[in-house]
Amino acid sequence: MTALSAEEWGIVALSLKVAGVAVFAALPVAFAIAYLLARGRFPGKVLIDGIVHLPLVVPPVVTGWLLLLAFAPAGPVGAWLADWFGVSVMFRWTGAALAAAVMALPLMVRAMRLSIEAVEPRLEQAARTLGAGRLRVFWTLTLPLSLPGIIAGLVLGFARALGEFGATITFVSNVPGETETLPLAIYSALQVPGSEALVLRLALISVVLALVALILSELLARRSSRGLHVL
Amino acid sequence: MSFDVDVTARIGEALVSCVIPPAPGVTVLFGPSGVGKTSVLHMIAGLRRPDHGHVRVGGDLLFSTATRVNIAPERRRAGYVFQEPRLFPHMRVRANLLYGYRKDAGTIDVDTTVALLGLDPLLDRWPRGLSGGEARRVAIGRALLSNPRFLLLDEPLSSLDRGRREEIMGLIERVRDALSLPILLVTHDHAEARRLGNQIVQL
Repeated sequence: MTALSAEEWGIVALSLKVAGVAVFAALPVAFAIAYLLARGRFPGKVLIDGIVHLPLVVPPVVTGWLLLLAFAPAGPVGAWLADWFGVSVMFRWTGAALAAAVMALPLMVRAMRLSIEAVEPRLEQAARTLGAGRLRVFWTLTLPLSLPGIIAGLVLGFARALGEFGATITFVSNVPGETETLPLAIYSALQVPGSEALVLRLALISVVLALVALILSELLARRSSRGLHVL
Repeated sequence: MSFDVDVTARIGEALVSCVIPPAPGVTVLFGPSGVGKTSVLHMIAGLRRPDHGHVRVGGDLLFSTATRVNIAPERRRAGYVFQEPRLFPHMRVRANLLYGYRKDAGTIDVDTTVALLGLDPLLDRWPRGLSGGEARRVAIGRALLSNPRFLLLDEPLSSLDRGRREEIMGLIERVRDALSLPILLVTHDHAEARRLGNQIVQL
């Protein structure tokens, strides 16, 4: 087993960039949905819950195909992006990040929703009687108290985004240097005889990255449940 | 300055209804557990909406079904000491005390309150390390420092040992005499009700 070549480092760097951009772009969306699901009472909540979790259970190929329909130059979102901004995510790393974000979203929403639900409404009541309006209650209590869950959701989403394969290859194909993240690189290396060592190296990196992310999220979750006894 | 309350609310199966006629000083809300004493405090603080009635404190109308008034809890300026301390777990005692504090409107200042409640040694500690009595004192201090127009005390003496009870009871008397705030106090203890109450309302 030898050290990584420049090209392989490029794959690792691209994967980290795609996954990083994906989770940070998804963060506000995920938090808004999580807050709505945790606190909101409105008709159709079950439906929104279901739609958000769909990427978790639908075959990733289907998710990728739906993204393709929407973002293709003639698709509804793709045409709009081209008209207004002159950009396209097709065959670009931004498209890979989009696919990764959609796939990571359910996991992020789940973690954040649980932590928002764990914030004691009784503390928020106390803050209201002390003169804090809803906005101040949100910034000083709800957000900081659910922060460990938000970070855990970020880390979990990041790990999921790093591993994203099916939706990505369906949506933006496998373009070396642009959309070829770790899983895609491993897949294409597997098609080439004699590249077992490369596969092994890339697979090892994937495992290590995923493991670090999972341990980090576990530690954060444990810290949050230990630190904040309320009453 | 006194309470003038007449509220009714259906809470689950039970019908909670309470009339508090105006009287100066401490009004004790007395009754067995489970009759809705805490619910009445919630209605006065604005945390629960009565089905019918009105809430007036010291001449200010806070709630009325007749004239469709419902002031938001953050604007009622209730000094509410809940049954549990409800301290904010991610803030030290000092930050908890200052959460509702406003410099401009001060008849109550921080040093006096800290001294009155003996909170000085606790200021840099976290809520989770406090004993029951210490947490209770911090909760009372936090409510006082929010510069309230009236005090709602929900069983402020429960789960305290005898020495602490005496201490907190004396404190309530001092607050009553020094600040002349209307105080509504919930208890199910006869002796407590007789000692502290200028008026006793049976629920």
